[in-house]
Amino acid sequence: MTETQGGSPSRRALLGWGGAGLALGAAVAGGAVAMAEAGDDLDPAADAGGAVEFHGAHQAGIATPVQDRLHFAAFDVKTDDRDAFVQLLKDWTAAARRMTAGKAVGEGAYGGLAEAPPDDTGEALGLKPNRLTLTLGFGPSLFERFGLADRRPAALADLPRFPGDNLDRSRTGGDLCVQACADDPQVAVHAIRNLARIGFGTVAIRWSQLGFGKTSSTTPDAQTPRNLMGFKDGTRNIAGTETGRLKKYVWVEESDTDARSAWMTGGSYLVARRIRMNIETWDRTSLQEQEDVFGRDKREGAPVGKAKEHDAPFLKAMKPDAHVRLAHPDSNDGVTILRRGYSFTDGTDGLGRLDAGLFFLAYQRDVRKGFIPLQRRLSAKDALNEYIQHVGSAVFAVPPGVRDSHDWWGRTLFSEEA
Amino acid sequence: MRAVRLTATAATAVAALTALSACTAKSDAKDGDAIQVTAADSTCDTSATSAPAGQVTLKIENKGSRATEVEILFPDDRIVSEKENIGPGTKYTLTAEVKAGSYEIACRPGMKGHGVRQKLTVTGAGASSKRDPKLDQAVAGYRQYAQDQADDTVPLAQKFADAIKAGDLEAAKKAYSPSRIGWERTEPVAESFGDIDPKTDTRADGLEKGQKWTGWHRLEKALWQDKKIGAEEKTLADQLVSDLKDWQRRVGKAEITPTSMANGAKELLDEVATGKVTGEEDRYSHTDLADFKANVEGAQQAYELLKPVASKNDPALTKELDQQFTALNGVLAKYRTGKASSDFVSYDKVTKDQRKELSDSVNALAEPLSKLAAAVVK
Repeated sequence: MTETQGGSPSRRALLGWGGAGLALGAAVAGGAVAMAEAGDDLDPAADAGGAVEFHGAHQAGIATPVQDRLHFAAFDVKTDDRDAFVQLLKDWTAAARRMTAGKAVGEGAYGGLAEAPPDDTGEALGLKPNRLTLTLGFGPSLFERFGLADRRPAALADLPRFPGDNLDRSRTGGDLCVQACADDPQVAVHAIRNLARIGFGTVAIRWSQLGFGKTSSTTPDAQTPRNLMGFKDGTRNIAGTETGRLKKYVWVEESDTDARSAWMTGGSYLVARRIRMNIETWDRTSLQEQEDVFGRDKREGAPVGKAKEHDAPFLKAMKPDAHVRLAHPDSNDGVTILRRGYSFTDGTDGLGRLDAGLFFLAYQRDVRKGFIPLQRRLSAKDALNEYIQHVGSAVFAVPPGVRDSHDWWGRTLFSEEA
Repeated sequence: MRAVRLTATAATAVAALTALSACTAKSDAKDGDAIQVTAADSTCDTSATSAPAGQVTLKIENKGSRATEVEILFPDDRIVSEKENIGPGTKYTLTAEVKAGSYEIACRPGMKGHGVRQKLTVTGAGASSKRDPKLDQAVAGYRQYAQDQADDTVPLAQKFADAIKAGDLEAAKKAYSPSRIGWERTEPVAESFGDIDPKTDTRADGLEKGQKWTGWHRLEKALWQDKKIGAEEKTLADQLVSDLKDWQRRVGKAEITPTSMANGAKELLDEVATGKVTGEEDRYSHTDLADFKANVEGAQQAYELLKPVASKNDPALTKELDQQFTALNGVLAKYRTGKASSDFVSYDKVTKDQRKELSDSVNALAEPLSKLAAAVVK
């Protein structure tokens, strides 16, 4: 059941597919893109629960075809020792390299000294890699530490307070974040749990969010998954294969940067929002109003007056406050973001209502030109606002990818070497 | 089984042997011979330094002016067998089944402290595996600590009980938390006996079906929530003291190993993480932080005793542990209201954010502490 590689038990065992996925990813720089080319549902590595290449010019988990499950964690830094924090980034990189390849952390989950707790917590033993990606980001507050004040990019802007925001401090902010996506929930949870454990004493989890269903697709031609309101949203999302649009809207170019932010070349900026839906009142809303609110039909997800979800919308046919009309790039001077959100349900709220909604994740080249103008518009006018409330918020600078087995997360920020 | 009595053991005979060997008697006891132990106020003379494995007999005479206690001890000071309260001028014969190995005979004049020691080598087959004297020293040091905590606790518990029996609600409330400190510092030792902890430290939610609720937390509820002292509480106060005396008597016989010390330290932090940080432990009195501090102190004591060995095997770990103990103690210090062990802010005044900070600091220490046992046995 287990293969031993580098002296440690492997989760990948059983399957030839894991290795195949790895090879496929490794064959092309940026395994995510390679996977996308194979197509989401058709991808053999995905079918077999294979691995997504961890190394690349960009971090995996952005353009990678969206996995089914999410565990997202925001952390606070608990040390003033820069060396200790850099060591953590290196330790995390090593653990992430192993976990994304389907291997157990450190010396594994069994077989070590009986007197010591095992390095790996063990709940992912026997599970395939399930396309696990781990994506690291740095929050604005990190730059108040470790003498990083002059390295904070202007594009990592603090989000203003938007109308209707009801942010819970305990679900907002964070010095850094890790987004874990996988096709198996236990693989994603295992990854965050083990990173948190490695981090004790250096970082502490500030908040975390589980997402059980993807609401976006980064795969062309695939059906857009429905959100908890029963609608498809963001049907014209950027696909992992659209190199041109990724370059234009997602990846930070060298020309975007200055002395402060040169380290971000190849990175991206992430906005995370916990959007609670008033599920019960939405469910009592007439079909007509529901469709008017979104500006789509419920069956196909087609824009008003169109037949298919991917048909180009005719915005003027929609109500002025329809969600699609307000969010569309044509209404926002072309503003486009890469969406990667997940539905969540965290049980009920004590009043018998589902504590559920959308954990919105969006990647962009500059927060000031992406989420901020878009949300200004939506928060002011969107008909959907009657049924939703933004209750958590965070923004992160997501550094470029870990290039190879010697590289580590955040090296370009913390090290002077090129 | 091979007991044969050595009867030539009058004090005079001992004196003769002493004279021959120019110091305390240093002959080997023959198979089954009894060993003469002559205890005085500052001496502990034995007629033999070795004996064959099997039944070992001590013929004890107290020639001192105070009551004494005589024990056969393992190298880590765990008691093989003992006799307490041997009055001045009285004699007692102590027999014990002893396996091959190194032991000490201890006389404790006044029944306190380290006592006066004599070596005893028990020869024969089945000698136990090689022992590490540094680890034996660590265990012995910890046992002494645990004993000291028990010895200090009993009078404090008596004070608590006396206040309850006098019906003095305020005095009882004041005496509650101090009476728990020694217990909380060494809880893993107390818990190792199995039957004492359920009687003294069970919380309302921890009761099993049919179990009568006794001990500190039952009294805590009476004092803070019900705000009254009845006949039942007075009885329970006496019972608490008598259960704690039972604990005090048994500390010397507790099975303590270097691994159990290290794991005990981690378990104390587990106690903090699951019971104190949440405010569940002292839910009526909100004196959780005093227990919290005591748990950390007990863990630190065990750690400091193991550190000489652990720092050799894993210097990075001990460096980390030193840092994290300092950090957690620093956070706790912010909540001090006075110098006494129990002088802390009431836990219901500690905000959610502050609890998060405490919890993070506990996790920061507990994670590396979970690696201490491995560093000790490595």
